[in-house]
Amino acid sequence: MTQRTLLSVRNLSIRLSRPAGERVIVDRLSFAVGAERVALVGESGSGKSLTARGLLGLLRSPLSVSAERLEFEGRDLRAATPSQWAALRGSGIALILQDPRHALNPVLRIGRQIDEVLRIHQRLSSGERRDRTAEMMLAVGLRDPLRIARAFPHELSGGMGQRVMLAMMLVNGPRLLVADEPTSSLDAALRDQVLDLMVSLVEQRRMGLLLISHDLQQVAQYCERVLVMYRGRLVDERRAVDLAASDHPYTKTLWSCRPSGRTYGTQLPVLVREADERAETLS
Amino acid sequence: MSRARLIASTDLLLGAGLLGLALCAAVAAPWLAPFDPLIQDMGQRLSPPTSTHLLGTDGLGRDILSRLIYGTRPTLGLVALVMILTVPIGLTIGILAGYCGGWIERVFMGITDVVMAFPTLVLALAFVGVMGPGLVNSAVALALTGWPAYARLARTETLQMRRSDYLAAAEMQGIVGVRLLWGQVMPACVPSMRIRLALDLAAIILAAAGLSFLGLGIGPPTAEWGAMVADGSKVIFDQWWVAASPGAAILVLSLAFNLLADGLRDAGNRSP
Repeated sequence: MTQRTLLSVRNLSIRLSRPAGERVIVDRLSFAVGAERVALVGESGSGKSLTARGLLGLLRSPLSVSAERLEFEGRDLRAATPSQWAALRGSGIALILQDPRHALNPVLRIGRQIDEVLRIHQRLSSGERRDRTAEMMLAVGLRDPLRIARAFPHELSGGMGQRVMLAMMLVNGPRLLVADEPTSSLDAALRDQVLDLMVSLVEQRRMGLLLISHDLQQVAQYCERVLVMYRGRLVDERRAVDLAASDHPYTKTLWSCRPSGRTYGTQLPVLVREADERAETLS
Repeated sequence: MSRARLIASTDLLLGAGLLGLALCAAVAAPWLAPFDPLIQDMGQRLSPPTSTHLLGTDGLGRDILSRLIYGTRPTLGLVALVMILTVPIGLTIGILAGYCGGWIERVFMGITDVVMAFPTLVLALAFVGVMGPGLVNSAVALALTGWPAYARLARTETLQMRRSDYLAAAEMQGIVGVRLLWGQVMPACVPSMRIRLALDLAAIILAAAGLSFLGLGIGPPTAEWGAMVADGSKVIFDQWWVAASPGAAILVLSLAFNLLADGLRDAGNRSP
């Protein structure tokens, strides 16, 4: 990697502690993200979303995070105080959540929600804030920002909601964007639109992107590097262009089971989980 | 909630209209009232409704209509005071308990439950008995047991959103502490709070009138509806109108608040 490293993680584990006993949900994850587009791929329940929230310190008990190293731009996040976290979030790292219908506060107007982050992190007059907000809304493809700024979240469509979310998170110019399945609540046509937009904004601003997804094919299209997670572990890591040549059985199955014209009418391969798990316990 | 929907609700319109009328009466009392509410005219005492005294006069010859109009002032003042005292306390305790969870929630909700167990009027009577009668003291006495309902409401609303994605998203923007609670959590509590408030205000009016009726409200000679009913009850069999008109005023004002609450709830329910 030639660029500077933004996020560096070594042996990150997430545990669920219950009176009945402890369970490790994410097991010793190590990776680094620079000003590049990295994808974290895995099936549902593999711990992708928890990893994202763990990185950003959003987990509460009974979930706990431990790591040998967890650094953002050289600063140790494990020892960060609440006020340091508050300063970092929004201006250093931003997070896009799955479903805009749940991720926007239903009782506040859109403009206020985008505006708030500027209010906290910067000293701007209300006019400057309004200009910045409108500019950002135009950048994410929301035409007529003045009207939308006055709307409530339920008055917007899903695609508009995700654009608002993007505007909300990018308006203060963070260096790293973590997107947790940003398109899973959108339909196929919108999916590409929003991803295109996200990737182009990230490119423009020379930011890092950690895209979390279960869709290997989609991810290969938009990212430079792919991390594959399975059952809480990082099982494979390679460049997106090399995915087809992967020799890891899990990645290989995921890759070859993507639907396409070539596989039309044939049965797609299925993962043999039992064999996989046996191998895991043996190793 | 759109403006059209608010207007479409007849209950709401009626309640707000009656309340508006009472507010106007309170503000414009000196111009509306035909007589000074305190001037006594012993020659005219206990006169039935006539063209000069539209609602008759009381035992000291004071004009009942004028006293009724001036009586809106202490009643609405008390309602406002109780509102100012209870809602912020209830909101703060409820939101803190709901958001923080853990021992903070247990302690706050424990206190809330204990206070909720007190009978409002009995405690108010004891408090006024100790502190002495008066507008502020009756308001404080009623507020003492009034806030737990708001605390419980605010806690319930907060609990529902504590683990929500949009609070996580807000936190991700660096919004924390008071800013998060006040700017993001509190607005969600407002709709249910204002319905509860409007319902409560009707009960507060009745409780305040009860206190005055027992002679523990605002002292004479100030015109106050509860005290006027108490005066009128002495002559209720011969001069029924003395007690009837302030009683009707209490009824109408609490009805106004109940209608307002009902209308607000309907209007809120229909919005998505």
